[in-house]
Amino acid sequence: MNTLLWVIVPYLSLAVFAGGLVWRRRYDKFGWTTRSSQLYESAVLRWGSPLFHFGVLMVLVGHVGGLLVPKSWTEAAGISEHAYHLMAVFIGTVAGLCTLIGMAILILRRRLTGPVFAATTRNDKAMYAVLATVILLGLWATLRANVAGDGYDYRETVSPWFRSLFYLRPDPEVMAAVPTTFQVHVLAAFALFAFWPFTRLVHAFSAPVGYLTRPYVVYRGGGPRGGRRGGGGGGGRVPGGPPTRGAAPQGAPPPPPRGGPAPPPRRGGPRPAPPPGWERLR
Amino acid sequence: MRVMAQMAMVMNLDKCIGCHTCSVTCKQAWTNRSGVEYVWFNNVETRPGQGYPRTYQDQKRWQGGWVRTRRGRLKPRSGGRVKRLLSIFANPKLPSIQDYYEPWTYEYEHLLTAPAGDQTPVARPTSLITGKQTRITWSANWDDSLAGGNETAGGDPILARVSEQVRQEYAKAFMFFLPRICEHCLNPSCAASCPSGAIYKRTEDGIVLVDQDDCRGWRMCVTGCPYKKIYFNHRTGKAEKCTFCFPRVEIGIPTVCSETCVGRLRYIGLMLYDADAVARAAAVADETDLYAAQRSVFLDPHDPRVAEAARRSGIPEDWIDAARRSPVWDLIMRYEVALPLHPEYRTMPMVWYIPPLSPVVDVLRDTGHDAEDAGNLFGAVDALRIPVEYLAELFTAGDTAPVTAVLRRLAAMRAYQRRVNLGEPPDESIATGVGMTGQRIQDMYRLLAIAKYDERYVIPAAHAEAAAGLEELATGCSLDYEGGPGMGGTGPFGESSGRYEPVAVENFHALRSRQTADSPARVNLLNWDGKGRPEGLFPPRRDEEERP
Repeated sequence: MNTLLWVIVPYLSLAVFAGGLVWRRRYDKFGWTTRSSQLYESAVLRWGSPLFHFGVLMVLVGHVGGLLVPKSWTEAAGISEHAYHLMAVFIGTVAGLCTLIGMAILILRRRLTGPVFAATTRNDKAMYAVLATVILLGLWATLRANVAGDGYDYRETVSPWFRSLFYLRPDPEVMAAVPTTFQVHVLAAFALFAFWPFTRLVHAFSAPVGYLTRPYVVYRGGGPRGGRRGGGGGGGRVPGGPPTRGAAPQGAPPPPPRGGPAPPPRRGGPRPAPPPGWERLR
Repeated sequence: MRVMAQMAMVMNLDKCIGCHTCSVTCKQAWTNRSGVEYVWFNNVETRPGQGYPRTYQDQKRWQGGWVRTRRGRLKPRSGGRVKRLLSIFANPKLPSIQDYYEPWTYEYEHLLTAPAGDQTPVARPTSLITGKQTRITWSANWDDSLAGGNETAGGDPILARVSEQVRQEYAKAFMFFLPRICEHCLNPSCAASCPSGAIYKRTEDGIVLVDQDDCRGWRMCVTGCPYKKIYFNHRTGKAEKCTFCFPRVEIGIPTVCSETCVGRLRYIGLMLYDADAVARAAAVADETDLYAAQRSVFLDPHDPRVAEAARRSGIPEDWIDAARRSPVWDLIMRYEVALPLHPEYRTMPMVWYIPPLSPVVDVLRDTGHDAEDAGNLFGAVDALRIPVEYLAELFTAGDTAPVTAVLRRLAAMRAYQRRVNLGEPPDESIATGVGMTGQRIQDMYRLLAIAKYDERYVIPAAHAEAAAGLEELATGCSLDYEGGPGMGGTGPFGESSGRYEPVAVENFHALRSRQTADSPARVNLLNWDGKGRPEGLFPPRRDEEERP
C-alpha cells in the first residue's frame, strides 16, 4: 500500500504530467491559452485574478523552499527551525489567504456572471474542483497542525520523501507516519499534476519571461530571402486569421479535388502535402 | 541604411460614400466565425463620431501607442515590460465587449414555429454572448451618418479637443466617413506589447500578423494598439487582426476591402523605407514633426543608390520596380496629398488618407458660391477653420499647415480641371499657386479620378522561392461554424483546441487562374473582379450580333 501511494502514484502522475505537456505542446499549441474572460467582465476580475495569481505564486515559492531545499541547508545558513517556521507560517498564511480569497472571487464570478459561466466548459469545472480541493486541503493541513495542533515539521518527512522521488531512490516509509491531512493534500496535488496538461492550467508554462529581454518589435521572414526565417516551414506562422496551423507532415494524402479547375502546378516545386485532418472536410 | 519593403495603402476620403461594402466583404472573408462576431477588421466610421470601439482615440483612457520618455526614447504608453508583466493577470485598460458592442442574433426559429395567433410572430434579439434575450443599444455603426446627433457625436474624443463653440458648429456643418483597417505600422506598438512575441512584422512586405500558435491570450496587444485594431477572440482566447489579406496580396491581387470598394478609393502599393531610421523618426520631440519625420524614413526607389541598397538587402528586382510604380509613393511623396492617421501615436502607420475636400465644396455650394472656382475654394479652406482643425487632429497631430496645403492642392486640381473640361485654356497660375505644374496636376487628377485597376493596385507577387513557406498560411473553412458542416467545433480543452482544421477552401492560385483564364467555363460572380467581359456574363453586343 505504501509503495502504491508514495511511489507508483507519484511517478505515474509525474509521467502523465510531463508526457501530457509535451503532447499538448506538439498537438494543441492553438489550444494553449489562458482563455481569458476579461472581455466579458472586468471589474471583479481586476481584484480576483491578481489576488489569486500573486498568492499562488507566493505559495509556489513557499513549496519550492520547503520541499526542495533540505533543512540542513537553511540551518547551515544560520536560520533556526523556529525562525524558519515562523516565517513560513506567517508568509504562508498571507499567501494562502490571498489565494483562497482570490479563488473564491474568481469562482463566484465564474458562476454568477452570465457570459463567463456560459463560456465555462466541463473541463474547466472539473479543474476548478481539483484545484480548489488541493488548495483547501493544503490550508487545512497547515492550520490543523500549526493552529489547532502544536506544529508539524514536514521538512523532516515529506520533504526528504519528495526529494527522494527525484533521486530515483523513493523512500515511501517516511510518508506512512505523516499526518493524514498532509497525506491527502499530497495525493490531491499529484492528482492535480496528472490533470494539469489537459486543462487551461497549461498557461502557467507559457509565463512570458522572455518579454523582459527581447526587442520590442518582432520581425519574422517568410522566405529564403535574407535567410532570416526562424524554424521550418510556414506551419505555426499563422496570423490572426482562423485556426489553421502546423506544418504538413510528409506522406499525407493529397487534397480532395474541389469544384472548379485544378490549380496550376506550383512554381516553387512539388505541392506540399495537406495538413492532417483534411479528410474531415468530406 | 537598411532597406525594407512595406505594403501600404492610401484611401481617398473624398470618394467614400460610407456604403460599408468593404466592411461586409471583409467580415465575410475573415470574421464570420463565432468568437469574433463583434470584430470588424475593416470598419467605416462616421466623423465626427465615437468610432469603434467607442472613443478609442482617447489615449488618456485607453493607453494605446507609444510615449516619448524624458530621455528621448519610446516606450508603450501603457507601460514598459515590467509593468506589463505585473498587470498580466488583469489588464487594467482592456475595452469590454460593451465598448465594442454586444453581438446578437434573432430568434428566427420563432417565426416558423410560433403557434397560429392574432399577432404576427416577432423575431426577438438574443445576445450571442449570454445566449439570453437582449436589448440592442449599440453596434459597430450605431452613430452612422451622425445618427444620434450631438448626443453620440458629442462623445467624439477628437471633437472634445476642439472648443465647445466649434463643436456645435462643426456637427451642423458636415461629416465624412473614415474607413479603417489595421495600419500595419512601421513601429507597431501591439507587437511591442505582446508578452509572448506572437505578433510580428513580416520582413518581406511589412504586414503585421499574429501567430495563432504562439499567442497565449494575454490581451496586452489590444491595449497596445492605439487604433484598437487587434481583437480578442473570446472563444479561442487568441488575438486576431487584419491580415492585409496576405494570401491575396502574395499572388498580386488586392485586399478584399480594396477589391470590393465601390468608390474605388483605395490604392495599394509598396513603399521602401530605411528600417534603421524608424526608431529615431518615431521619437522626434515635437508631435507635429512626426508627419515629416515619417516621410523622411521613406526611400525614393527612383534613386539608383536606394535601388542598389535595396538589392543588397535582398529585395527582388520586380519589387523595386513595383516600388517605382507605386501609387502610394506618388500620393504620399510626389503629390503630397496623403497624410497618416494619428501620427502622434508614434507607431508610424502605413495606411494613409487623402483628407476630404468635399465638405468644403459642399459648404460653398450650399451658400450659393461657385464651388469650382479656385479663389473661392482657397478662401473657403482658409476660412473653414473647424474642419481643417478637426482633420489636423486626425492626420497631423493638430498642425493645420499640412492639411491646408493638401486641401489647397486638391482645390487647385478641381479648379484647374474645370477649365480643361470646359475647353478653356488651362490656367497655369492655379498650379503654380500650390507649388505644382499643370502637367503634375493632370497626372494627379488621372491617379485620383480615372486610374484603372492596375494603376491603383501595384502589388508584386510573392516570390516562388518564398511560396513554399507561405503556402501553409491560409484561411479556415467557411463552413466551420458551430454545428455547421465544417464542424470544427469544441475540442476537449475549449473552443477550437485539438487537431487543426483543414486549410483553405478557396485556393488563391486557382482563383487567379480562373480570373485570367482565356475561356472560363462559367463565371463565378463572387470571384469576378470587374475586369473585362467574361464569356457568358453579358449578352452579346449589338454590333457583334449584326456582324455576319
